Amino acid sequence: MPIFWGIHAKPPKIWKIVLGLLPFIILVSVYLTASHVRLERNSDDKLLPSIGKMIQAVDGLAFTKDKRKGEYLMLRDTLSSLKRLIIGVLAAAVVGLFLGMNLGVFPGFNALLMPFVTFISIIPSLSLLPILFISFGIDEMGKVILIFWGTFILITRDMYLATKAIHEEQIIKALTLGASQFSIVYKIVLPQIMPRLIETIRLCLGGGWLFLIASEAIAATDGLGYRIFLVRRYMAMDIIIPYVLWITFLGYMMDLILRLIIKWRYSWYVEMRKGG
Amino acid sequence: MKKTVFMLWLLVTVVFLFTSFADAGQKYKVAWSHYTGWEPWGYASDTGILEKWAKKYGIGIELVLVNDYIESINLYTSGSFSACAMTNMDALTIPAVGGVDSTVLIVGDFSNGNDGIVMKNGSTVKDLKGRDIKLVEFSVSHYLLIRALTMNNMTEKDVKLMNTSDADIAALFASDSNGAVVTWNPPLMQTLNVKGAQLVFDSSKIPGEIIDAMVVRTDAPAELKKALVGAWYEVMAIMSSKEKKAKEAIQMMAKNSGATEAEFKAQLKTTAMFYTPAEAVQFTKGTDLKKTMEYVRTFSFEQGLFGEGVTDKDFIGIEFPDGSIIGNKNNVKLRFNASYMQIASEGKL
Repeated sequence: MPIFWGIHAKPPKIWKIVLGLLPFIILVSVYLTASHVRLERNSDDKLLPSIGKMIQAVDGLAFTKDKRKGEYLMLRDTLSSLKRLIIGVLAAAVVGLFLGMNLGVFPGFNALLMPFVTFISIIPSLSLLPILFISFGIDEMGKVILIFWGTFILITRDMYLATKAIHEEQIIKALTLGASQFSIVYKIVLPQIMPRLIETIRLCLGGGWLFLIASEAIAATDGLGYRIFLVRRYMAMDIIIPYVLWITFLGYMMDLILRLIIKWRYSWYVEMRKGG
Repeated sequence: MKKTVFMLWLLVTVVFLFTSFADAGQKYKVAWSHYTGWEPWGYASDTGILEKWAKKYGIGIELVLVNDYIESINLYTSGSFSACAMTNMDALTIPAVGGVDSTVLIVGDFSNGNDGIVMKNGSTVKDLKGRDIKLVEFSVSHYLLIRALTMNNMTEKDVKLMNTSDADIAALFASDSNGAVVTWNPPLMQTLNVKGAQLVFDSSKIPGEIIDAMVVRTDAPAELKKALVGAWYEVMAIMSSKEKKAKEAIQMMAKNSGATEAEFKAQLKTTAMFYTPAEAVQFTKGTDLKKTMEYVRTFSFEQGLFGEGVTDKDFIGIEFPDGSIIGNKNNVKLRFNASYMQIASEGKL
């Protein structure tokens, strides 16, 4: 049995760990080599700062109170960004869930709104950015709306498909047992598509981050994207690189939490997916 | 097999990384971005004047328009270009702080109204108190604002800053009923056209402090420096002449910058160009420049632009034409050099 090559390969456990780590090791060592070469030539070089320099920068931003504002900048950036992202995506999830579910269950509602939803889903969200900023202002509202807009249509359409996928027999059975239309939606359909909603949110978070950073880059007073685009002004890679890693970490943690919620609350869904 | 592929790949990566940092030989790349005071560079390149001077000194010069100002400086600082057009402040905070020993080769002009503070519902700097101000933080706009506030016994704490991209600043100002912005031309012109907009401060009140220059690596060969200076002053002579050629040159520059001829002329009025090398030499050797650089470095240090962990504004040294240095004498990274402009003024290029 081959260990690595071919479709029948079965890498042993230890190999899996080694192989998984390999790309990271290569990336880090290429960076360190290139950084060393550049710093050798010019010890003040800012393009590829040393690890020590980055630690120093993080220390200054995360663990030292800012001289002018009297607060921990990285904490403030993180909280502001997370607030915008979470409000935007949650609002999108709630609207998307109810809209998609009702589109799936009620044909009349579907006839009214489906063509419209399909139409607006084609508008690229980022192209709306100037319009959103001018109509909703560049404070929190404009940013949250951009994130909302960028994610809610995908959620709506996915919720619609998930509702459609529910076997009709279930609904007929519920009706014969005397269920009202209302309870069909909220007692039969809703619990079944909840795990799918969380899955969709997981996928949408990537886009959410993109819209968050884009809106913070254009106009903001704080936030992770704000800081990155601000310090770009004097090429502070020693701040930018740790911030990118931090955003990646935050994104990973959010994804992990959502995965754990599915596993904890909807173990039947996990089993169902495994069974195909 | 596995090992060979891996080693080969590693080799390619490393070689690629090294070669991309190596120098390009006899051909030198010079970066610039659109700004009223730098349009002559585009003209010099388009009309072959730059090439003529490069040939005279036996080198090749490729002038590259980088559409984003900060990106052009970052590219220069990371080693892609031998020279780049930038302001005195950015020359200090980006390449010099980044350890790239840089020389201010040509002092082209200073902003004399090209940067300004515009607001609605107010008519003096004092009216800015408590207001939200949109600007590109850490730029010359920020510097101008701090100077204006200081002159009116106010500090940055009296206002709230909002970092805003220069591409969107004019539109956002127009849509905000209580707007206040600090910006430069051309967006400055657009904001002033908005109903209710008032110019409360501009760079003509701090003349000579926001300087637009051609900055070159100090270790670049004299041929490159001479060729750039020669080409620049040939264009300056054309622009300031009374002939038909001057009008044509202005028209070309206006078109290149995306403005109408009238708009471009209006922008030139608020740009104090040094049309002759003698004027530029006099300015560079003057004592006011030292005062300006003292303001600039104090501002840069207080805003944290020298980087985390720098505790002293003397961290970097700035050298002036008379050989005097402010800041660290052992870490001189920004040099004002009038000697090439001097040669030009003597007609010996």
